[in-house]
Amino acid sequence: MGAAVRTILLNKSVYADNDAEAELLRQRLKAQGTYLVNVMSSPGAGKTTTLIRLIRMLKDEFSIGVMEADIDSDKDAVQVAAETGVASVQLHTDGMCHLDAGMTAQGLAEMEKGLDLVFLENVGNLVCPAEYDTGAHMSITILSVPEGDDKPLKYPLIFEKSSLVVISKIDALPYFDFSLEKVQRNILCRNRDAKIIPVSAKTGEGMEELAEFFRGTVKAFKAK
Amino acid sequence: MHELGIVMHVVDSIESTAKELGVEKVTKLRMEVGEVSTVVPELFTDAFDWAKKRTQYMQDCDLELIIIQGISYCRTCRRTYETTKYAKQCPFCGSYDTYLVTGNEITIKDIQVIGGPDAEADAPPDTDPSQVTADPPQDTADSPQ
Repeated sequence: MGAAVRTILLNKSVYADNDAEAELLRQRLKAQGTYLVNVMSSPGAGKTTTLIRLIRMLKDEFSIGVMEADIDSDKDAVQVAAETGVASVQLHTDGMCHLDAGMTAQGLAEMEKGLDLVFLENVGNLVCPAEYDTGAHMSITILSVPEGDDKPLKYPLIFEKSSLVVISKIDALPYFDFSLEKVQRNILCRNRDAKIIPVSAKTGEGMEELAEFFRGTVKAFKAK
Repeated sequence: MHELGIVMHVVDSIESTAKELGVEKVTKLRMEVGEVSTVVPELFTDAFDWAKKRTQYMQDCDLELIIIQGISYCRTCRRTYETTKYAKQCPFCGSYDTYLVTGNEITIKDIQVIGGPDAEADAPPDTDPSQVTADPPQDTADSPQ
C-alpha cells in the first residue's frame, strides 16, 4: 500500500496575497495623508523626464518623494534627485518585470513619513506591472507618440487599470503617424472613465493641465 | 519573464501551505488559467518545472493547467460572446460597451499531497479530485447568428 494521496482545495487567486497586502498599504498611507501614484509605461516613453518636469511644478506646494523601480542600476533615482531636489529611492526588482505591494512598502519604509505625494515609477513594461496592485491610490500610464496610437488595443489591461493616461512627446506629432483622436477613442474603449492629458515635457505644452490635475487630486484626497 | 514571476509566487505559496499543513510532499498542482490572462501555458509549464526544484515539497510535483474560456458580456444587448474571437466589440450589436466575465483567472485550484497529520482521516487515495472540486457548470457563450 502506497502513501495516502489526498486533495486539498485551495481556490486561491495568484494575486490574492498581493491584493490584500496592497489594500493594507493603501489604508496605512491614507492614515498618514500620503497619496501614492503608480506610474507605468513602456521603456523610453518618458516617465522620468515627465516626472521631473511635473515635480518641479508641484514641489513648492506639496512635500514629494519618488521611488524608481528598475531591474538594475540607480541611474533614474540619481537623476530625479539631482534635477528636482526631492527625495528619491531606488528599488531593484532583481530581474522581476513588475513591482508588487511588498516591494513598494519596502521602498516607502526608506522614505520620510508623512509626505503629501509619492510617485512610484514602475518597471518599463506595458504588460506585467498592470497585473500587480502596488498599493497606490491611483495608477497612470504614460504613452508616447512614437509608440503608436494602437497601443491601448494591444495592451488592454494597463489602460483599463489607469485612471489617467498621459500622451507624452506630443512635440513629435508632426513626424509620426499618430492621431490624438484615434488614441483617445482607443483608450476610452478600454476605460470609459479614463482622463487623457497630452503633454510635451520638452516644450512644456500640457504640463500645466497635468500639474493642475494632481493639485486637485491630492487636495481632494487630503480633504476626505 | 512574466510567467516566471507568477510561478515563483505560486511555488512559494504552495510551499508555505505545505509547511502549514505539515505534509510530506505535494504530488500535483492544478491551476486555472484564463485564455486572456496573459499567461502562456507552455512558458508557464517550463518555468514551473524549473521553479519547483527550489522546494523539497515539490520536487516531483506535476502541473495541470485548466484553461478557462474568455467570455465577454455586452451591456447594450445583454448577451455574452467569445472574447478571443471578437475582442472588445460585441458581435451581435456592434457595441463596445462590453466587459470580460471570465478568462482573466490565474488561480491555484487544488493540490494533491502525501503525508501529514490528517492523512489517515482524510480522503482515500482513489478519490477523484474532480469530484471534490467540481464547479457548477459555467455559462457558455451565445453564438452569433
